[in-house]
Amino acid sequence: MLDDKKLGEVQESLNNWEETDVAKAISKFPERKSKFSTSSDVEVKRLYTPVDVKELDYNEDLGYPGEYPFTRGVQPTMYRGRLWTMRQYAGFGNAEESNQRYKYLLEQGQTGLSIAFDLPTQIGYDSDHPLSEGEVGKVGVAIDSLKDMEILFDGIPLEKVSTSMTINAPAGVLLAMYIAVAEKQGTSADKLRGTIQNDILKEYIARGTYIFPPEPSMRLITNIFDYCAKNVPQWNTISISGYHIREAGSTAAQEVAFTLADGIAYVEAAIKTGLDVDDFAPRLSFFFNAHNDLLEEIAKFRAARRLWAKIMKERFGAKKEKSMQLKFHTQTAGSTLTAQQPDNNIIRVTIQTLAAVLGGTQSLHTNSRDEALALPTEDSVRIALRTQQIVGYESGVTETIDPLAGSYYIESLTDQIEEQAVKYIESIDELGGAPKAIAKGYIQKEIQNAAYKYQMEVEANEKIVVGVNKFQIEESGKKDLLKVDPEVEKSQREKLAKLRSERDNQLVDETLKTLKEKANTDENLMYYILDAVKAYATLGEICGVLREVFGEYEQSVIL
Amino acid sequence: MDRPIRVLVAKPGLDGHDRGAKVVARALRDAGMEVIYTGLRQTPEQIVAGAIQEDVDVVAMSILSGAHNHLFPKVVNLLKDEGADDVLVIGGGVIPEDDIPGLIEAGVEAIFTPGTATSKIVEFINNNLKRQ
Amino acid sequence: MLYLNIEEKLLKGDKRACARLISMLENNENEAIDLIKKLYNKSGEAYVIGITGPPGSGKSTLTDRLAKELRKQDKKVGIIAIDPTSPFSGGAILGDRIRMGDLALDKGVFIRSMGTRGSLGGMSKATWGAIKVLDICGYDYIFIETVGVGQSEIDIVKTADTVLMVMVPNMGDDIQAIKAGIMEIADIFAINKSDLDGADKTKLEIEMNLDLNDKKAYRPPVLKVSAIKNQDIDILFERLLEHRKYIEEKNELYERRLRNNKLQLLKLVEDELMKLILDKAVEKDMLDELSRNITQGITDPFTAKDKIVDLIKK
Repeated sequence: MLDDKKLGEVQESLNNWEETDVAKAISKFPERKSKFSTSSDVEVKRLYTPVDVKELDYNEDLGYPGEYPFTRGVQPTMYRGRLWTMRQYAGFGNAEESNQRYKYLLEQGQTGLSIAFDLPTQIGYDSDHPLSEGEVGKVGVAIDSLKDMEILFDGIPLEKVSTSMTINAPAGVLLAMYIAVAEKQGTSADKLRGTIQNDILKEYIARGTYIFPPEPSMRLITNIFDYCAKNVPQWNTISISGYHIREAGSTAAQEVAFTLADGIAYVEAAIKTGLDVDDFAPRLSFFFNAHNDLLEEIAKFRAARRLWAKIMKERFGAKKEKSMQLKFHTQTAGSTLTAQQPDNNIIRVTIQTLAAVLGGTQSLHTNSRDEALALPTEDSVRIALRTQQIVGYESGVTETIDPLAGSYYIESLTDQIEEQAVKYIESIDELGGAPKAIAKGYIQKEIQNAAYKYQMEVEANEKIVVGVNKFQIEESGKKDLLKVDPEVEKSQREKLAKLRSERDNQLVDETLKTLKEKANTDENLMYYILDAVKAYATLGEICGVLREVFGEYEQSVIL
Repeated sequence: MDRPIRVLVAKPGLDGHDRGAKVVARALRDAGMEVIYTGLRQTPEQIVAGAIQEDVDVVAMSILSGAHNHLFPKVVNLLKDEGADDVLVIGGGVIPEDDIPGLIEAGVEAIFTPGTATSKIVEFINNNLKRQ
Repeated sequence: MLYLNIEEKLLKGDKRACARLISMLENNENEAIDLIKKLYNKSGEAYVIGITGPPGSGKSTLTDRLAKELRKQDKKVGIIAIDPTSPFSGGAILGDRIRMGDLALDKGVFIRSMGTRGSLGGMSKATWGAIKVLDICGYDYIFIETVGVGQSEIDIVKTADTVLMVMVPNMGDDIQAIKAGIMEIADIFAINKSDLDGADKTKLEIEMNLDLNDKKAYRPPVLKVSAIKNQDIDILFERLLEHRKYIEEKNELYERRLRNNKLQLLKLVEDELMKLILDKAVEKDMLDELSRNITQGITDPFTAKDKIVDLIKK
């Protein structure tokens, strides 16, 4: 930005400052650590100056919000036009209970829905499957069939809300159910807005709710891309996720790298089926983590946007601007919440919210203070929502776009994270792409090593976690926590029995038979899944058929 | 003890979050223990079969999905049925304080909640083995 | 401390007794050794298949598939999976069970994970004992899955009746990358993950190397398989049974076992003698003192050795 002569002057005065003022201060008392670094092991200097950004070209590297390379944001007016969507992930017990929580959140000012499903649902098992014992309704809502879905959205107009569903392996089935519910409400699919997570690669890497092996899973995903391009054009067909990768222990740079590498794999898979990149890329979205290091996180989001734009343009030849935009949802980092002194978590979430907002997120979920212990109570979740509202309406950070741009540190850090991410992506390319890298265990090992390193640093008190290894108190133990009604499992089983006796079982058998046949061909399965869903085949029955044809993923990677 | 302690680390049920289990497994290895890591989606029956065949001193389970009240005691009881009550059973994960007394009564010797240092787990195992 | 009726339980195939005995042998407990002495004549029926190959070649998954084939024929299968013990901490992560999840509940299958515990080969010193225990407990086939690095191949051939070498495509620019001696040791080659590029090339290279080293009477088959996709496992299985049949008919099985038992006997004697000597030397503080003297040039290694060995010559 400055010319060489001016830069030279800065460098000289900087050296001078270090040799005089700094040296004097250090001799009186040394700095707190011998080395300061971010989670990505980027060394953090004492001071950043124009010298650190001397290569920065404003138009090329930063540009403008809504224009390539989108470093400063994906929309021209960002939060001045509309604040990010406040979208709290919620769901537990049965559809009736969750429906009430959704209505509460919408009343409190939440602007989009985010559905949490229980583990049996995420893994394609009905509530009465032997493996579902003890798990029904615990981490999300139990959905066994279209009937449950109808109850879930009872009184909620699907043409007015945008709904994000955190569902991966059986995403097609839940999407089909959503479409069917909307139809019954009188809303056609082309009016529906929302997202399905639908990112199987990160399941293999970090989250563990896979069902089928990689190839058929990719087939289902590309089926959904194609179906939605034709029938549900406003729907975001995938939320390529880095949140879980970060939660599993990766660094910020790895979070960007592995997420974008997964994104590359999905784009390649879709192109292989004959789709044109500009047909589906505008509907790809991402999901990132908002972690503790405020400044590194802001830099991370900017680096991700810029890198993805370059990848889409240069690697895949995308022509539409919308194809190159990295739109993302953010969730504050669950793994940073402590069980000790839980109210402290409110402060952590506030810092993480700032990171996401200053990083330009499109939507945000903020964790509740009690989530290191259980699902949140109504009070806790309200505070989490208020955190977003206070930052949005009171803090002033939304009055201008990308306010931290131009900061010598932020720009330098953005560059460094991008560089690291590029290197990781190159390594993954050498291994043959993300799916192969996952099969070889490369991504998982990197994450595990980072996780172990972090843990050892905490135990050695090199990293401080307030309330855990410093500033501890005698914990009282008694806290008001949400408890999931154990009767849910029983009532779901009864509902299933009732459903099976009341529906047209012949029709169910027919649709399942057709689905099985078609699964063995190259056809788009969404149409057949929809038929089965409308006949009130259960999630477990539909996934059971697919399990028969595709087999199950076998875990194999080790520490 | 002049032989390595053998520990079975398992993730019972459908929960797929294994960061903690893997960090603990590594820490136990670094403390000189032989760790049999079974991975995800283990049924109580699978865990117990593994514990028996591997003749372990400890079964360490991790659950973050809330299914602990159901699954942990099941494992303890199956071990008892097989005559393996000299196995130390410990657990960890997202487990509310209120649930801990019930689990202890059911036979889980200790529950390690979020924020626990791995060194504490190593210490506990070393000091509480039921076998020679 | 032994169980009540452990002999009875072992012969009935009680898994807990079996597991406990393996541990006791692994820890060199005298009671365990006495029991083996007593029950040794009940062993000899089990057929031992060694599975070796580089890390990441899919040995565990392949073992899982082959065990399932045997189970279809109602054979009882024992599996010993070996992983490296950390030389720094003495601990180990034993993770092969992950790939054999369904077998955990099969009544006719026993899976045991072992660390190398200081042994430099791909196996543990106690592997041999574990095999005997499983044999006594009535397992028809026993798979030994080695670590796959170091001296794994040499070690496995001293223990197994049939050695299966597992490889993956594109292991290096050519098979020279593979350690020497493998061509002579393997009875069957399986190229796993054969859906990857280069499987045919790898197969060709192995065949060419076999042509050059044409020493064996029985030409090892080279098969392309995919364990994870269950491709051609049945063919591999057939070849395994064929090899067994062949060496049984030619009396080669007897010769192999004779050779291996001799090696094992020598090993047992060596270990015992070494223990005797070192116990005495340590008792008299000799080992440290002599080592110091050698380092300081006061004495030489041969003289020092004589001093120690003389302790038991008396």
